[in-house]
Amino acid sequence: MATQQRPLSPHLQIYRPQLTSVLSISHRITGVLLSAGIVPVVVWLVALSQGAEAYAGVMALFSHPVAIVFWVAWSFALFYHFCNGIRHLLWDAGLFLDLRGAYITGWTVVALAGVLTALAWGVWS
Amino acid sequence: MAEFRLPKNSRIQKGRHFSAPEGASRIKTFRIYRWSPDDDEKPRVDTYEIDLDDCGPMVLDAMIKIKNEMDPTLTFRRSCREGICGSCAFNIDGVNTLACITAIEDIKGDVKLYPLPHMPVIKDLVPDLTHFYAQYASIKPWIRTQSTPPPDKERLQSHEDRTHIDGLYECILCACCSTSCPSYWWNGDRYLGPAILLQAYRWLADSRDEATGERLDELEDPFKLYRCHTIMNCARTCPKGLNPAKAIAEIKKMMLARKGV
Repeated sequence: MATQQRPLSPHLQIYRPQLTSVLSISHRITGVLLSAGIVPVVVWLVALSQGAEAYAGVMALFSHPVAIVFWVAWSFALFYHFCNGIRHLLWDAGLFLDLRGAYITGWTVVALAGVLTALAWGVWS
Repeated sequence: MAEFRLPKNSRIQKGRHFSAPEGASRIKTFRIYRWSPDDDEKPRVDTYEIDLDDCGPMVLDAMIKIKNEMDPTLTFRRSCREGICGSCAFNIDGVNTLACITAIEDIKGDVKLYPLPHMPVIKDLVPDLTHFYAQYASIKPWIRTQSTPPPDKERLQSHEDRTHIDGLYECILCACCSTSCPSYWWNGDRYLGPAILLQAYRWLADSRDEATGERLDELEDPFKLYRCHTIMNCARTCPKGLNPAKAIAEIKKMMLARKGV
């Protein structure tokens, strides 16, 4: 007779990361990052509405190298979440729902998010 | 709720090592998950060195060789050895598939063998599929009718109607897709998972079945159906090349269509 409880077989620990699952969890992670990032965005907007002096103060803080890294990450998250959201809408409409479609649209979303981030920073920095 | 770490009793220890025989030239190492209910030890990974010059081409051949010649205690399910029974489904080299149709030479480095992920382990590579089968039974996987059958022949369907179950009837219920699905890992108690939903759609798509409305009623549930987030691990892993994600999307479309959306 078995006296001990059955173990649970390993899952995340051993399953190979692949484009399908990595992009799916990235969609969630970028969603969380976007929500958290809303706070500094609001700070920035409020500063904008309070006149030049307040805006300059906030911009001094937001131009710190650490802040710049955050903003680049946040903007990438924005573009990624946006593009991948459209990918999900296409899926919901029944398009690209095969493995080939999932991979083609997946890599497209990653590339597009990268290009849009680069464009945004190239134009406005 | 998602629990990302393994419970304490499920964490893997260092295991034993079985060396290849003297003079073996083409050695492949197999790292295999082991757990026995008969002692109080935690799961471990044993390593077996195989001489490929003295072994069949498939992963299952090596497993049978290990059981016959090196370690008779190794326990796993297998039957048809040609990819039609679905018994030898394992996590092989990080992806769920059938050992009998996976060539050893296609795997780079050591061959890592685990039971199907996130399942209770009965012994070694044998997972407990009781819940999976209960979920299958819950969708009533047989033809349901109201009309009386013709007295002199079977219920027939046109060639065109028959094509609607292509890509569905081929499912062998090996559970590779369901146990590759993170949604099924975290919510498998209530979410039916890709394999069972593909089977559900197989009956929804069958022109001879007359219980479409009831079937959709039974699936209309935030957990049973709507935990599918189109991750697509199922289609990526299916050893028969089927696409459960698409079948699930078709069910969702039928749900909308009957509401007139």
